[in-house]
Amino acid sequence: MLGPSLAVSAILFSLGVVGVLLRRNAIVIFMCIELMLNAVNLTFVALSQQLGLDGQVFVFFVMTVAAAEAAVGLAIIIALYRHRDTVNLQDLNLLRG
Amino acid sequence: MNPLHGTAADWVGLTILLPFLGFLVNGALAFVRPDDKRTVSLVGVGSVAVAFLVGVAVFFAVLGKHPEEAYVRSYWTWMTAGDLEIHAALQVDRLSVLMLLVVTGVGSLIHLFSVGYMHDDPGYARYFAYLNLFIAFMLVLVLGANFPVLFVGWEGVGLCSYLLIGFWFTDRQKAAAGLKAFLVNRIGDAGFLVAMFLIYRNLGTLDFVTVLRNAPLQLAPGGPVVTAIALFLFLGCAGKSAQIPLYTWLPDAMAGPTPVSALIHAATMVTAGVFLVARAGVLFAMAPVASAVVGGVGALTALFAASIGLKQWDIKKVLAYSTVSQLGYMFVGVGAGAYAAGIFHLVTHAFFKALLFLGSGSIIHAMHHAYHHTHNPADAQDMRNMGGLRAYLPTTFRTMGVATLAIAGIPPLAGFFSKDEILASAFGRGADDPFWYLVWALGAAAALLTAFYMTRLMLYTFYGPNRTGAAEQPHLAESPKVMTVPLVVLAVLTVLGGAINLPHVGTLHRWLEPVTAPAVAYTLGTPVSLGVELGLMALAIAIAVVGIRLAMTRLHPEQLVPAEQAPAERGFAKLLLEKYRVDELYDAVIVRPLVFFSRVVLWKGVDAGAIDGAGVNGSAFVARALGWVGSRLQTGQVSAYVLCFVLGALAVLGALTR
Repeated sequence: MLGPSLAVSAILFSLGVVGVLLRRNAIVIFMCIELMLNAVNLTFVALSQQLGLDGQVFVFFVMTVAAAEAAVGLAIIIALYRHRDTVNLQDLNLLRG
Repeated sequence: MNPLHGTAADWVGLTILLPFLGFLVNGALAFVRPDDKRTVSLVGVGSVAVAFLVGVAVFFAVLGKHPEEAYVRSYWTWMTAGDLEIHAALQVDRLSVLMLLVVTGVGSLIHLFSVGYMHDDPGYARYFAYLNLFIAFMLVLVLGANFPVLFVGWEGVGLCSYLLIGFWFTDRQKAAAGLKAFLVNRIGDAGFLVAMFLIYRNLGTLDFVTVLRNAPLQLAPGGPVVTAIALFLFLGCAGKSAQIPLYTWLPDAMAGPTPVSALIHAATMVTAGVFLVARAGVLFAMAPVASAVVGGVGALTALFAASIGLKQWDIKKVLAYSTVSQLGYMFVGVGAGAYAAGIFHLVTHAFFKALLFLGSGSIIHAMHHAYHHTHNPADAQDMRNMGGLRAYLPTTFRTMGVATLAIAGIPPLAGFFSKDEILASAFGRGADDPFWYLVWALGAAAALLTAFYMTRLMLYTFYGPNRTGAAEQPHLAESPKVMTVPLVVLAVLTVLGGAINLPHVGTLHRWLEPVTAPAVAYTLGTPVSLGVELGLMALAIAIAVVGIRLAMTRLHPEQLVPAEQAPAERGFAKLLLEKYRVDELYDAVIVRPLVFFSRVVLWKGVDAGAIDGAGVNGSAFVARALGWVGSRLQTGQVSAYVLCFVLGALAVLGALTR
């Protein structure tokens, strides 16, 4: 079961990365980040079958942090929208040299 | 143990300390209470007078113990570098004591004169501060026991000379004259420094005693090393003592107050070069070529400057060129190996030339006073505005008359004996090397001109009708006692000064024997026979009389007109009045090309072009260009950063798993 699990997780992670790289909407990018986090969670769970329960415990931590991060991240995106009337990251390039 | 140990010679440092304290006090007063002229005079004159008394005590200590060797009194170690150790040390020997007496003695008289001359000047305290500082540095120069200490004094007097020439610095021309003196002296000082380096490199020490003792043992006589040392030293002397080609600063130095001209630019500082040649006599005696250069340059300068003096109208300019000319005589003396004769002329010249300058100061004081009364802007120093001053300034006239006869070479006044001895020793060298006959001939010709231009000066200032102006005449009056007393004292010294070294008695000769003997031993020379000596003496008197007579018959002071109405000179006279246009020549050959080179190549090319353009602005441009390239990478697009981030993570991962 380990091999297919890791393969799924790798596919999910790659989808997340590609999403972050290619999508423009901040909320979609945010969801892609969540996707990467959950891909990692899947890896933890899959590997915990052989390496002990530490991985499963760690998943709970990750989910907790992800929930907090989602709250903060969504708040930022809302503030951003109020301020700039857009969540399109291509229009937000204040750091351009 | 030197016999001078424990005597008054131990106090020699006091002679420097006192004027230096005078400088500090007067310098402070110049800021705090510049109008307290009583205190300033007391400190200024008193410190030098007391230094003179200490000098007398040192002199008697040397006289009583007659030590054969120099007494070196070391105060502290100044610097140590490798095996070179330089002490802040003073040296008491017969030469330095003699100079100590001349500097403080003549210095005291001139300080006293200045009390009257500078009395109404707003910079009174500053003036005395500078003058005291000068005396202190001059004593460092003559008393120093090694080349670096002497050099400190050498530069110090140069500084004071600069400060005092430009004393009235609000006048651009005067400030420029000070600058010129300073800059021309730098050329000579560079030579002096090179000479010191050479001495250290070849002898390993800079103390006079050791250098003069070891030079004959370690250097080849007449060799290139000792010749180079002597010639570089002489370059320094030529700068300080205003010899060709570096004499141009001295006539301009007359921009300073007249007592300064008397003290610094006639009696003491400008003779430092002669003193140095006598001090380092062995080095010069070992290099006959260098000695010939010294004598030749001296003789040429004597004649050249005397001829310019023939046509000057400014009374101080005449005396300035006369000083340059007389310094040339001194160099003829020390170049010919007659070190005592050179020093003898240095001493007598200090008396009579200080007297002449102070006398001219007295005249200028009176003239300036008269013109000031009537608000006449005429030149108080132009002889064409003088004439007939004999009646108004009787004491000045008599004392200057004595000095004129002395410098012209009329016996038994001081100048006759010293000048005669120098010319006789040059003539004596002629038997071995005919070159010295030429030197003698130049010197004799200069003597004729000297008698002529000095008589001219006397005729135009004191004889004939007065040309000052009808309104000014009632205001012409003799200077106060504080100014005439120094004149009288110097006149007495001028009359009696020759007695210190009468022919065949040679008191000064024997006095200086321990100092000059090692150098004289090197000098080939046949003493002239008694007959020749008397013949030369008669010739010298004849030259002086002819010169005076010629001036009295050829010049007509009653035909002279005031400066404003005077016609322009023509022909050779114009060339003489314009000082052979040497200043213009230097300007065209050296100054202008130098300025051009500095401006076009060094400034525009090297500084603005290479350093500013390529160096400073170039590196700034490179940094900007790199910054621009870097800033293009900052797109501000989050995805671009993430891409870099991911690629970086993959690279690290790849590196770890490989």
